[in-house]
Amino acid sequence: MAYSEKVVDHFNNPRNMGSFKKDEEGVGTGMVGAPECGDVMKLQIKVQNDTIVDAKFKTFGCGSAIASSSLATEWLKGKTIEEAQQIKNTDIVQELNLPPVKIHCSVLAEDAIKAALADYQKKADGALADAK
Amino acid sequence: MKLPIFLDNHSTTPMDPRVLDTMLPYFVEKFGNAASRNHAFGWAAEEAVEQARKQIAKLIKADPKEIVFTSGATESDNLAIKGVLEMYGEKGNHIITSSTEHRAVLDTVKSLEGKGKAAVTYLSVDKFGMVNPEDVRKAITAKTILISIMLANNEIGTINPVKEIGKIAKEKGILFHCDATQGVGKIPVDVQEMGIDLMSFTSHKMYGPKGVGALYVRKKNPRVRIASQMDGGGHERGMRSGTLPVPLIVGFGKACELCEQEMAKDTTRLIAMRDRLEASIMKALEESYLNGHPINRLPGNLNISFAYVEGESLLMGMKDIALSSGSACTSATLEPSYVLRALGVGTELAHSSIRFGLGRFNTDDEIDYTIKKVIEVVTKLREMSPLYEMAKEGVDLKSVQWAAH
Repeated sequence: MAYSEKVVDHFNNPRNMGSFKKDEEGVGTGMVGAPECGDVMKLQIKVQNDTIVDAKFKTFGCGSAIASSSLATEWLKGKTIEEAQQIKNTDIVQELNLPPVKIHCSVLAEDAIKAALADYQKKADGALADAK
Repeated sequence: MKLPIFLDNHSTTPMDPRVLDTMLPYFVEKFGNAASRNHAFGWAAEEAVEQARKQIAKLIKADPKEIVFTSGATESDNLAIKGVLEMYGEKGNHIITSSTEHRAVLDTVKSLEGKGKAAVTYLSVDKFGMVNPEDVRKAITAKTILISIMLANNEIGTINPVKEIGKIAKEKGILFHCDATQGVGKIPVDVQEMGIDLMSFTSHKMYGPKGVGALYVRKKNPRVRIASQMDGGGHERGMRSGTLPVPLIVGFGKACELCEQEMAKDTTRLIAMRDRLEASIMKALEESYLNGHPINRLPGNLNISFAYVEGESLLMGMKDIALSSGSACTSATLEPSYVLRALGVGTELAHSSIRFGLGRFNTDDEIDYTIKKVIEVVTKLREMSPLYEMAKEGVDLKSVQWAAH
């Protein structure tokens, strides 16, 4: 199977690869997938004043899974929480030209975004409750 | 050294230029039909086919009359299994095979099973991928008419104790078919000593042309009969009709002759290169696991799982080396290798496997390049892997609740 140029580019030059400390303030972590399915994505966001100021990923998976998560971090940076909620897997499919057999990679990336946002929200709500 | 490097010699092999030279006259100049009995064009073709039959038979210690030409190993497997079942159906319908056979055997018996024509026992293998001959013995019933066990596995290279299985088959008077596609030309094969009654093999895995293979069908002790699966002009003593592809057969014959002459030399070279590749990779990369038998394995085979990285991404990172992976992402089924699963290799490690297949034309420079590249890419992808990060932090990955999807 031939990969699209964009997939190859993200694979060879992954954007924002790495990790934040999970307990760092303003960091939300999403981890989705399973090793036995052949892909696990970890996506992290760093939020200040409702805006995602930084994002990082680590992915175990095929080239398309790596490219999908790399692209997701690129898109997340600078977005508000609400804007980030709007990222759809179909946007990723379109941007990376993913073939039908690789659509699950984009679904996983969307799930990872949602999970990171939910984790951030949970931590923020918890901090708020503690403050009260 | 030229890129890309071909290290996928289990899928196919490049043709030896000496084979091509032998084939060339049989396209334009000596184009006759080997079945034309009444003119010189036919005689020349027939002579060439019979010469090739001798070369092929010699390599496996058979009689030339026991070689039936087919289009390849898949057809040979189909012909052997369906042909025996049809011919000996009155005696029974039970077939014994193993779970790590090639799909040409597995899908054939499954199709017969699905149609209610055969009852099939699928023997499990040990952790090295080897069939236990005693398991074969235990599986035999009064209805058993065929045992079909491969010589060497195409993914992990493990060589089965075929001689012992052949002995049991003889003892019990049951026919023994061996899919020897990966073994013939690479390791010594003797159908007498191994007690094989039917054997499938193909030209393009041994530096010959694609599109031609053979089924060995024993003529004496016992005389094996099979029902033809292709009706027509009654070629190949009625077992496989169809005009013989003379140039391909001539090439197949030459390829067998070369394998016989050069096997000892090729084997020594391949084992030295393969062992160096294995040792260098394993030494440099922690948590790399060998799949298959450590000793009883094809000279050119090396199958390794690299924990925490996925196979397809490994292949993508090494795109100037042609390799194969047991990862689901590289298969049409989205399931990781059934062969590795049958060995008890965990699904996650099956996804992380790479098969290196060395052949006659690989060089030491290519192996050096591959060693360097594998270490570089695995290291890079592990840096990118959340699983590797967790393992380094001391998280037991098995204790994590994963959301399977």
